[in-house]
Amino acid sequence: MKPAQFDYLRAESIGDVHRALSEVKDARVLAGGQTLMPMLSMRLARPSSVIDIMRIEALGRIEEKGNAIRVGAAVRQAKLLAWPALKDRQPLLAAALPWVGHAQTRNRGTVCGSAAHADPSAEIPLVLTALEGSVEVSSLRGARKVAAAEFFTGLMTTARADDEMIEAVHFPVRQPGHGYAFNEYGRRHGDFALVACAAVVSRTRVRLAIGGVSDRPVARDLSGTNDEELAQAINDFAWSLEARDDLHATASYRRQLVREMGIRTIREARACIS
Amino acid sequence: MTCRKSRRVIREAAHLSEIPEDSKRWLGRSVARVEDAGLLTGQGRFLDDLGVRPGTLHAAILRSPHAHARITKIDTAAAKALPGVSAVITAEDVTKLSNSLVVGVKAPIMCWPIAVEKVRYVGEPVAVVVARDRYLAEDALDLIEVEYEPLPVNVDALAALSPESPVLHDGLKGNIASDRKFRYGDPERAFAEAAHKITVETNYPRNSCTPMETLGLVIEYNASEDAFDVLSNFQGPFSILAVIARALRVPGNRVRLRTPGDSGGSFGTKQAVFPYIVLMGIAARVAGKPVKWIEDRLEHLTASVSATNRSTTLSAAVDPDGRILGLAWDQVEDVGAHIRAPEPATLYRMHANLCGAYDIRNLAVRNRVVLTNKTPTGLNRGFGGPQVYYPLERLMQRIAVELKLDPVEVVRRNLIAADKFPYRTASGGLLDSGDYPAAVTMAVEEGGLAELRARQRAVREAGGLYGIGFAAVVEPSVSNMGYITTVLTPEERRKAGPKNGAQATATVAINPVGGVSVHVASVPQGQGHRTVLAQVVAEALSIEMSEVQVVTDLDTAKDAWSIASGNYASRFAAAVAGAANLAAANLKARLARSAAAQLNATIDDIEFAGGKVFSKRNPDNALAFSRLAATSHWSPGVVPDEAQAIRETVFWTPPQLTPPTEADEINSSLCYGFIFDYCGVEIDRETGAVRIDKYVTAHDCGRILHPGMVNGQITGGFAQAVGAALYEEYAYAPDGSFLAGTFADYLVPTMMEIPAPVILHMETPSPFTPLGTKGVGEGNCMSTPVCIGNAVADALGVETIDLPLTPAKLTALMQKPEPAPPTHAEAQTSAAPGQQKGRSLFGEGSAEIALPPQQVWEMLLDADVLASIIPGAHSVEKVGAHGFRADVSLGVGPVKGRYRANVELADLEPPSAVTLRGGASGALGFASGEGRIQLTATDSGTRLDYRYGAEIGGKVASIGGRLLDAAARVVIRQFFEALARRAGGPRSGNWFTRLFRRRP
Amino acid sequence: MHKLAAASRHLVRFELNGKAVEGLAEPRTLLTDFIRHEIGATGTHVGCEHGVCGACTIQIDGVPARACLTLAVQVDGAKLRTVEGLAPEQGRLSIIQESFRKHHALQCGFCTAGILMSLDAFLKANPDADEEALRENLSGHICRCTGYAPIVAAALEAAEKLREIRNA
Ligand SMILES: Cc1cc2nc3c(=O)[nH]c(=O)nc-3n(C[C@@H](O)[C@H](O)[C@H](O)COP(=O)(O)OP(=O)(O)OC[C@H]3O[C@@H](n4cnc5c(N)ncnc54)[C@H](O)[C@@H]3O)c2cc1C
Ligand code: FES
Ligand code: FES
Repeated sequence: MKPAQFDYLRAESIGDVHRALSEVKDARVLAGGQTLMPMLSMRLARPSSVIDIMRIEALGRIEEKGNAIRVGAAVRQAKLLAWPALKDRQPLLAAALPWVGHAQTRNRGTVCGSAAHADPSAEIPLVLTALEGSVEVSSLRGARKVAAAEFFTGLMTTARADDEMIEAVHFPVRQPGHGYAFNEYGRRHGDFALVACAAVVSRTRVRLAIGGVSDRPVARDLSGTNDEELAQAINDFAWSLEARDDLHATASYRRQLVREMGIRTIREARACIS
Repeated sequence: MTCRKSRRVIREAAHLSEIPEDSKRWLGRSVARVEDAGLLTGQGRFLDDLGVRPGTLHAAILRSPHAHARITKIDTAAAKALPGVSAVITAEDVTKLSNSLVVGVKAPIMCWPIAVEKVRYVGEPVAVVVARDRYLAEDALDLIEVEYEPLPVNVDALAALSPESPVLHDGLKGNIASDRKFRYGDPERAFAEAAHKITVETNYPRNSCTPMETLGLVIEYNASEDAFDVLSNFQGPFSILAVIARALRVPGNRVRLRTPGDSGGSFGTKQAVFPYIVLMGIAARVAGKPVKWIEDRLEHLTASVSATNRSTTLSAAVDPDGRILGLAWDQVEDVGAHIRAPEPATLYRMHANLCGAYDIRNLAVRNRVVLTNKTPTGLNRGFGGPQVYYPLERLMQRIAVELKLDPVEVVRRNLIAADKFPYRTASGGLLDSGDYPAAVTMAVEEGGLAELRARQRAVREAGGLYGIGFAAVVEPSVSNMGYITTVLTPEERRKAGPKNGAQATATVAINPVGGVSVHVASVPQGQGHRTVLAQVVAEALSIEMSEVQVVTDLDTAKDAWSIASGNYASRFAAAVAGAANLAAANLKARLARSAAAQLNATIDDIEFAGGKVFSKRNPDNALAFSRLAATSHWSPGVVPDEAQAIRETVFWTPPQLTPPTEADEINSSLCYGFIFDYCGVEIDRETGAVRIDKYVTAHDCGRILHPGMVNGQITGGFAQAVGAALYEEYAYAPDGSFLAGTFADYLVPTMMEIPAPVILHMETPSPFTPLGTKGVGEGNCMSTPVCIGNAVADALGVETIDLPLTPAKLTALMQKPEPAPPTHAEAQTSAAPGQQKGRSLFGEGSAEIALPPQQVWEMLLDADVLASIIPGAHSVEKVGAHGFRADVSLGVGPVKGRYRANVELADLEPPSAVTLRGGASGALGFASGEGRIQLTATDSGTRLDYRYGAEIGGKVASIGGRLLDAAARVVIRQFFEALARRAGGPRSGNWFTRLFRRRP
Repeated sequence: MHKLAAASRHLVRFELNGKAVEGLAEPRTLLTDFIRHEIGATGTHVGCEHGVCGACTIQIDGVPARACLTLAVQVDGAKLRTVEGLAPEQGRLSIIQESFRKHHALQCGFCTAGILMSLDAFLKANPDADEEALRENLSGHICRCTGYAPIVAAALEAAEKLREIRNA
């Protein structure tokens, strides 16, 4: 279980990354390595080169910009979790981050790396989707910001072009009058979610996002519904996700979790409307 | 740890208590382990920590992606040509230079350590590369080309009974390798006369105790002496050395095996390194250099070894009071693709105690051993115990439920009474000692069953799902080397010669400049043997533990061992520690003689205490132990012959372990501990998750030498058993794909999943072992899975339940009908919930293409067009009228692999419909499938509808199962996206995706 | 941009347990293989090479991380700490190590190095952690021998002792 050969490129600037991505065929960004490294060792991924972006200082910042928290590509999950303002500025993110792997993997794994990888069960893409956040990608051709709903296009596939890197992701900050809640169930602690639910609610709006079921995180506005209609709406939502059977759970089990955990999550979010 | 000291019911061992009571200083105390300081500071000496000879080569193994296939071609030229590669070994070399591993049943089948002509399970070795380093060796694996012709697959134990199941071994008519019936007492009459017949059917799943260190070895072939030198973390039994030597075609003394000082756990599994010793022995011989191989985790999970899965029908003849008059077992044991030594031992280890802790005199048994397309099985902690106790204790619960009795009462009414020991079981076992009713009472009272029941009532009243389960288990230890021959008929046994006993050995030696050393062949895997032996010998000689140095690394060329040596069947405390005690006692007797001569005293006047040897009558007349001990080294002339004391090796075998009788009675183990467990579990209605609220485990494992370590064995076994009950399964798809190839899919529980059990003890020493000890390490692997199973069955009120108790399974059992899908949604693309078990996937979709059907049709038949639209195609070649061969790179996200694909067009109905059939294979796995494409003219061009079914297997199935379906859909979508694009349809992925995905 | 070519071996230097070390590594060489077989610090073990088991956990610049998910060339210039660096001096054990010994929190000892490295960092950063937090932090480690109960007991006692020392 050892990786195949590749060149190692240590980028010193964002420009380095752009050049490498556009000039080197089959190059891959190496961020925290918590996903890419096992894939290299299992030889599931065989890039010609890896571009280590973790020494680029400009990518290491967490800052509040506009109405969002901007998290740079070299920010590790543990660093964001330890960011003092996190809980206050975005409680949903604060609630979801501890579910990403284990402390030891969060010490290395990056926030943007998780978005780039786009695992359908991953928490960070789910939170981005629930909050209607966005992803900032850039290349030699220029920079653009893609809304989460457009960014995650399928299983481990995103709107990022091959020559683009993710420079940062943007999580909208907490809105007054809104409540947020997150729940997840996995077989063991630290495992990828069988189902994860993120809810954003206000007096007039219920937005529920589900991870782990479809091939990407999916959010739906369930606005303006009473309890019974809500249950119906969530059931419709659950069925629309095209759940599949796998080793760990059946499709029908996943739908059940969506229904029950979904409702509970919405209730919890309502209970903490600020 | 919540370990409560219990009232100790201690009976005096009738004999052999050679250690004077008042001098006991070490035994029975939880002294610090001598192993720990080194292990805690990174000074361990595990196999891969030890250096190798310069020039040693590193091996990597190419493994089969198919569960059953004929190998039609292996091309190793490119691999051999890679700089740094020394040799590539295939079946040709192995069959030329070695013999098949011997098979433990009388059947015309072979067992090679590499696939010969065909592969029979996913992960079976197909070729070995030896190269300068492991990275390079793996590079070379990628260059080996193998062509397979897939064969029908069977992974189901019961299906293997059918004559129609695909035959794995041509020498056999079907897949039943052994079928034996046994009858003890008068079971027919018991069933005819009983008021009730109660039956359970169970399917015990596959799992393994998966140690943290994987298998490994370094082997060297010395051509001038025709001898092999192996360093490996092999754990025994050393009877396997005979198998290795025969396979390598050398006499036993030409295979020298050494084991490292430390081993990272085994729990039986490291016995499975032996086929690799043979395989790498051949590689070393071919390469002319030492070869090192360290198994990686993916190899370990997929292809090392597994416990057997077993399908059992067990019936009891029961009287109205719940007393069992007779049992009838029908066991179908699935050993996987080969009968690898010592299998089918798993099926026979429990033969003596098939009636568990119960006094049942009538017993009928049918044992069948079947072959399926799964990894061969072997030793695993509990060895045969979980497979037997799951049905047996489920049956006890069913009896209670059906007769409306308290389960504890049903257990009590059937337990063997305390005054019946030693108790001869119906099938020939000799249960050495115990007081089962007292142990149950202790567990019930001190474990707090009444409170647990109150809690259950409270939770139930509040609407919760709460169950209590029980399990009573007899835990055998120290295997009779002859038990496995019970699989043979008495005639076959007569021909083969009797096998029996359990030789244990220990050597105690005195150093000329102080200190005592102990050598054993017990190959510890973390159980602290060095500490316990230091305790035993220090106690026997009345010296400090620090004066005893214990060496457990073994060298079969120099150390004492026998075929029964090794670390299995919980034989250490009972047999090996006992042998060490005997060796120390013998040495002490000689020293006493020597002391008597030197102190001018009589032998019975000599006392050993506090590092001194003295006359009891005149304690001042004394010698330092070290001084006395050195006499035979420095001045042997003054010591009489019978008092020479330098080194003492003892071999000990218990007389109770006799071969199977003509009536097939067998005492399969020497000692039998007793366990009574119960637990309360709560099941979450939302998630179906099982929470173990409280777990009580009460043990009688005879005399306890080191309470801390005994409890460690219990908590460790318990955690593995919780894994087996709730999380772990070596799962296979119907096509034989292995689905649990990583630690992300084979769910070994973590600290968050394992509560601390309440441990209770009682000590009834074994009269048959030198120290009164019995085994303890395997018991919870036998009792805990069914105890939890019973609790969950109680919580849900269900009759049949198999492990692992996954939340999805339990939720389905809660039988809440699922709310219907919204009416406007079409049927789901997946098969009915819960039915789609394998890697078969089905899908459908459609696309709008801005060309008329005829033109689309022509594109589909044009190799050049296909070359441009098949995702990642490097070349497309037309083969025959309607066939294509392509080299393609396929992938999702970062996962990319190169495949060779064959596609054939069939059932052509130009220009409206066609079937695409084909397959692809590459390093990451293979796929085969079939899709029907329908073209319909529309206003703007053509609507293309497609439906497909596909099977995916190989590496990607075993390590990426969670994502596989979605990944396949992505690839298939890419194809049609490209087709639409090529035809001038809109380019945007979103546009297409919208069409591709079913409209809500 | 600094490029290290695939087929060659490159000089990698870092600090290991306070001492400067160096060796040659291909870009693809895993840090586990490098520290074990190139540097010779074999106390760090390899259990899965895919990040789940935790056996290979070491401290990279003060934080516990999986060495098997790290390339040797990535840690050039970093400060690494492994199990060999925990004891205060030869022949003595650290407080955590001592309480592991006392509570029989190890059997085969294969998983132990990784657990110690996580726990050491965790208790430094969270001296007042309760059992739940401890369990959660150590859930990134698989131990197959002990069943965890003794490890929890050892960790809790070590935490207590460390608090006493800090308060004294
Ligand atoms: C034991 C274990 C458990 C885990 N459990 C979870 C879990 O429960 N939930 C969860 O969400 N994740 C989990 N993960 C994965 C998570 O830890 C990873 O951190 C995350 O998925 C990827 O982040 P990374 O920085 O490690 O990325 P890397 O592994 O370095 O990269 C991942 C992919 O993204 C690409 N990439 C990374 N950064 C960029 C960028 N800036 N621009 C363009 N491409 C980029 C890489 O090329 C690569 O293809 C687990 C991992 C492990 C080892
Ligand atoms: S070896 Fe690194 S986590 Fe298992
Ligand atoms: S002590 Fe053996 S794995 Fe933890």
